[in-house]
Amino acid sequence: MRQLRFDKLGAIIAALALGGAFIAPFATFRANRIVAGEAKTIVESLPQPWSAAVLLVILVGVLVAAMRSPAILRLVAAFAALAVLALGIGVAASHLTPEGNTYARVSPASGFWVMLFAFGLLAADALTRLRPAPFMRIVVLVAVLAFVGMLLLSGTWDGLSILREYASRVDTFWAEARKHVTLALGSLVAATIVGIPLGILCHRVARLRDGLLGVLNAIQTIPSIALFGILIAPLGWIAANVPGAATIGIRGIGVAPAFVALFLYSLLPVVANTVVGLAGVPRDANDAARGIGMTDWQRLVGIEFPLAFPVILTGIRIVLVQNIGLATIAALIGGGGFGVFVFQGVGQTAMDLVLLGAVPTVVLAFAAAIVLDAVIEMATPNTRQAEAA
Amino acid sequence: MPKLSTLFRLGVFLVLLAFLLQPQWFEPLLRPLVQANAPVIYNQGSLLQLTLLHLRTVAIAVSAAAMVALALAILVTRESGAEFLPLSRSLVNIGQTFPPVAVLALAVPIFGFGEKPTLIALFLYGLLPIFENALTGLTTLPPSVMEAARGAGMTGGQRLLKVELPLAMPVILAGIRLSVVISLATATIGSTVAAKTLGEVIIAGLQSNNLAFVVQGGLIVATLAVLLHDGLQAAERKLAARMGR
Amino acid sequence: MIEIKNITKRYGETAVVDDVSLTIAPRTVTVVVGTSGSGKTTLLRMINRLVEPTSGTIRLDGEDNRSLPGYELRRRIGYAIQGHGLFPHRTVAQNIATVPTLLGWERARIDAKVDELLQLFQLDPADFGPRFPHELSGGQQQRVGVARALAAEPKVLLMDEPFGALDPIIRAKAQDDLLAIQKHFETTVILVTHDMEEAFQLADRIAVMDKGKVVQYATPAEMLIKPATPFVESLIGVSERPYRLLAIEPVLSAVEPGSADGTAISSTLSQREALAELLWSGRSALPVADPAGAIIGKVSLEGLAKRAAGPV
Repeated sequence: MRQLRFDKLGAIIAALALGGAFIAPFATFRANRIVAGEAKTIVESLPQPWSAAVLLVILVGVLVAAMRSPAILRLVAAFAALAVLALGIGVAASHLTPEGNTYARVSPASGFWVMLFAFGLLAADALTRLRPAPFMRIVVLVAVLAFVGMLLLSGTWDGLSILREYASRVDTFWAEARKHVTLALGSLVAATIVGIPLGILCHRVARLRDGLLGVLNAIQTIPSIALFGILIAPLGWIAANVPGAATIGIRGIGVAPAFVALFLYSLLPVVANTVVGLAGVPRDANDAARGIGMTDWQRLVGIEFPLAFPVILTGIRIVLVQNIGLATIAALIGGGGFGVFVFQGVGQTAMDLVLLGAVPTVVLAFAAAIVLDAVIEMATPNTRQAEAA
Repeated sequence: MPKLSTLFRLGVFLVLLAFLLQPQWFEPLLRPLVQANAPVIYNQGSLLQLTLLHLRTVAIAVSAAAMVALALAILVTRESGAEFLPLSRSLVNIGQTFPPVAVLALAVPIFGFGEKPTLIALFLYGLLPIFENALTGLTTLPPSVMEAARGAGMTGGQRLLKVELPLAMPVILAGIRLSVVISLATATIGSTVAAKTLGEVIIAGLQSNNLAFVVQGGLIVATLAVLLHDGLQAAERKLAARMGR
Repeated sequence: MIEIKNITKRYGETAVVDDVSLTIAPRTVTVVVGTSGSGKTTLLRMINRLVEPTSGTIRLDGEDNRSLPGYELRRRIGYAIQGHGLFPHRTVAQNIATVPTLLGWERARIDAKVDELLQLFQLDPADFGPRFPHELSGGQQQRVGVARALAAEPKVLLMDEPFGALDPIIRAKAQDDLLAIQKHFETTVILVTHDMEEAFQLADRIAVMDKGKVVQYATPAEMLIKPATPFVESLIGVSERPYRLLAIEPVLSAVEPGSADGTAISSTLSQREALAELLWSGRSALPVADPAGAIIGKVSLEGLAKRAAGPV
């Protein structure tokens, strides 16, 4: 029974990782920001003990992936390989950059990304099989983020081109980060405060429901860039004609139209999920509540809302992940956020700058999704226990 | 009621057509949005041509995405691909957290500027809703119907073509609809990487502070999105109604 | 003839069907009864190979059912299930035409067959043929499900709780229809149910299953008189036994010479119905009429009481 057997998915992962390690280049070296790069293999990119160590860990990872093995072992192997890749690319950066040269740029090359993808896939597969409890998922997320944070703080990655870009814009980076989070979270909070009561109202008044949900649906189909642009007009008019509006920051361009656009986009999922959640409250529960003499308000607070809460949370999750992504577009109308780096980078064909904007956005969205999914699962009664049984 | 809304949509379509063919008719409406001597109607290219290019980009990307997503969904719902099903679900969940702009921007270093990165980004982002819906459709088929199909002596291929896909079609179409709407919007951003789409009009407006450009570009895309959304939804409803859902 | 020999199905360590052997005579109705988890459905599904047995053989008319691919085997065997399993995206006519189409019948032959079956099930072909399944009532859907199973004129019809989703009145009608149609096509029917009442109503022979084994395989009368195990006895229901015994036989076999007053009872009704009539009208005997209406004798309370008595 204990014979070694191949794993279908693992075989694909192993092939990818081997290709990434031995065929594709590991790092790209460029004499300066603009010139074409030179591709370097793992052996060329890393000093001796390092290249051997990286290759060894990767080979072990490949072996574990290719054979049928326990999920926990696969997870450990995947994380070990990912960690070694993360360390290795940092070491490669300092190894390839000539001493004291500030123009040279080292960035990860296709082989690195392929291996990252392969082992990321292995980790995702192992986690899917292990089905960790929501709290554990957050712990894993925090651990991974802490590891990345450590690498950043320790300066291991300082030689990488993306961090070179960062180093030359430390102040703006954090200012844009603040704007990005403010836009995404602020519009979410506003949409929640407005959307939940609207949803409750829609639940009680059927005629309002169809009309309002129709309008909100139509807003969702308007492309973000257009909605951002269109809002410039009314907000510009308000700024010019309503006394005091301009002083509190309402302007045709900038944060205000971006905030309003994100708010409008956020309303539909919040309102719709509130309605769906309330509609999903079992009739029995409502009848029983009415039967024991609860008032409408008591029923709402004590019965309907708690039962509908997980569904409403799901709406909030959709909004948050969506907003973090959409907030990048705010840069196009002067609203700031990580989009500033993305669009600047695209404009200057400086891909490191694009990455400086795109990577934090993806990380934020990803982390938000994991955390909120876990929270939703914890807020949903009984599903977890039933699944575990 | 349904007749009224159909008429309304037809009207919207005609107005859109008129705007694309004879934009100058609408000049008085947009005039108040611009400064005295600025152009009112987009003058750096034909709106009609941009609209058609925009639609072409979306059509290519979504049909490619639909084919690949459907093929993948079919693969992981067969017995031989069942091993990949849980992972593919997680990947779709992860993939959905990637913002479209990030996908677009990250495609540029690999594919350069122009239509290619836009197509790639639209394709990748379009995959997800179709794949997810196809999975939902193919994994939530009524068990008694599947049992009957096997019991009647259908082969695996016959079951797929004659029962599973037709039954899952409304849900798959809903995925394609989502994909189309997202792609229409994301394609506008493609203009930031020099793709020829209606985003050009909006971005030109943002750069030259010409609100009329922004509004006309935005409204054309929005109208296209609403019309396509409604059209596809009507098709889904028709299909679903036939099955009594 | 269906010969099931030493058939076993294991899932891991547990044997769902455990060394079952049954021989089913052609043109009869065999009902497999058991509680849920007794393995009855698995046994049925091994006949058309929706489930592959772990060991043992099943022969249909002497031919091993593994001598041809599963899907081809299934096209030759009718299969009707609980909740009908009609294809919601196809019309009633298309649903019924499923297997004939798979077999590549000519269009005209298929159309004729569909019309014939719809008429047989008292559904007007012009009205019901083009409808979609969701436009039918539960009873109609169930009839279409059976019609679909019979479309390719299979010699064997497998039915898995086919009437489970119907309400009692429609169910009784569906059971009568099934018996009529079984006689019409001379089909061998194997039906799985958990309902003993249904088994007695339909079966020529009953197989009782418990924990993967057939504990008794007998005619209804044998099973009533000599239940093999306490489990079979409890399944029949002790207080139901005399009535079930009377329900099996027609009045004809209880006719005694002599005459009685009052309205005559038909000789084709069951003895149980005769008993009910006697008790309700407060008399001790009733005249019996043959289907043509001629009085052929009487049926008495005393006579029926003797017939309802179990073995001493």
